[in-house]
Amino acid sequence: MTSVYGPVADWQSDFDHADPEYNRNIHAIWEDLKAAGCPIARTERYGGAWLPLTHEMVHEIAYDTDHFTSRTVVVGQIKPHEVDHLPEFASPPAPIGGAPPITSDPPFHQHARRLLLPAFAPKKIDPLRPEIERMCNELIDKMGDKDAVDAAVEYSQHIPVMIIAHMLGLPLEDADRFRSWVHLVLESVNAPREEREGRFHEFNEYLETHIRDHIENPREDLINDLLNAELMGTKLTSEMVGGMVTLILIAGIDTTWSGIGNSIWHLATNAVDRRRLAANPDMIPVAVEEFLRAYAPVTMARLVTEDHEFHGVQMKQHDWVLLPFPAANRDPEQFENPTEVVIDREVNRHSAFGLGIHRCIGSNLARLEMNVAVKVFLERFPDFELVTDEETVWSTGQVRGPRRLPVRVLSRR
Amino acid sequence: MRVRVDSSKCQGHNRCYALAPELFDVDDLGNASELNDGVVPAGLEDKARLAAANCPEFAIIIEE
Repeated sequence: MTSVYGPVADWQSDFDHADPEYNRNIHAIWEDLKAAGCPIARTERYGGAWLPLTHEMVHEIAYDTDHFTSRTVVVGQIKPHEVDHLPEFASPPAPIGGAPPITSDPPFHQHARRLLLPAFAPKKIDPLRPEIERMCNELIDKMGDKDAVDAAVEYSQHIPVMIIAHMLGLPLEDADRFRSWVHLVLESVNAPREEREGRFHEFNEYLETHIRDHIENPREDLINDLLNAELMGTKLTSEMVGGMVTLILIAGIDTTWSGIGNSIWHLATNAVDRRRLAANPDMIPVAVEEFLRAYAPVTMARLVTEDHEFHGVQMKQHDWVLLPFPAANRDPEQFENPTEVVIDREVNRHSAFGLGIHRCIGSNLARLEMNVAVKVFLERFPDFELVTDEETVWSTGQVRGPRRLPVRVLSRR
Repeated sequence: MRVRVDSSKCQGHNRCYALAPELFDVDDLGNASELNDGVVPAGLEDKARLAAANCPEFAIIIEE
């Protein structure tokens, strides 16, 4: 799908985070902006958006839920207030939003969040380790003895979707459809609207069908738990269950797929770190935190609730504000040698999973999947390297990770 | 040495529990708390410092 906005004129006043160039050259773009004395970039695309780049600003916005609402966390061509009068497009207003709790503000937010947290608590997630390990090994078995494998298409993209589909109680055969909807929601935000709308309809119909099936045929899974849960004394509507399932499905898939892909990309392009980790698998958990810092996949978004000045710029009500946690993670005020990837970094207060009340609910699951995926990949392929830069394809939009990652296998077990 | 989790800052990142399960616990909602009234047994001081140095919300306080 092509963009409705055309090429970027300059990154200071016309940035487009969904332009393929952005994710491909993200670190150089940020460095250039900061070197030009621009800690907060602007665009008139999407009806107007800001891109702050320092840890201080990102932290402040994440904590200031009065001036920055989460009603919609993915920047799009239409702002929610523009379609509030159209029943077919309107989403629930703040503080609820269309996919609670990620789209919710206080005080509603914490009530919705408490319904989901227990399913993702460390003690619930840790026992999944053997199953994830088995899946990862099976994916590598399937690759056979080819000289080159695609670590994104044949490996990382499958791992999170298998776990999430199982948790929710959705058929794993639909994995390709889930990935295509993730692409729709997150990647093609600057594609023509008529191309997008029909696909959204298809996604909503799919969810409605499966939620109805869960109501008629109860079973043990997260959709079932949500259908039986109470929020502030009343049962959830099936629309709200649909919103929560949307959140888990969209947020649970390509984020971790990107996190695994980014880790393998780093190892494929850095022989010293690769050999060090292959020889010392005990170092993997600390290294994964560094991959999360240096290549944090997720940038969130907020909407400005009222006109106000923010660090010298005039923000207007309904402006979008991107929350680039990956940029905050490379702020020299917060991290020593931030542009260097130090796989045994000891002090690492990275915000790959966000800051404040919206900390990623799935962070324990994402960490486990990344740890196991990196460990198994290195066990089976102790040595490998990137085929070429040109053949690596990066995602577009607010989640950054390789969508194609061909690596040449140099040794295998 | 003692450690304390500032529950008004903790957002459940679970870094402390992952790095120093001897010193911290987490509940079903991901909230962390210090074990043993926060008293750090001899030999675990480095783990306590590591947990504090990896909390994204600056929620862990060390009292020496």
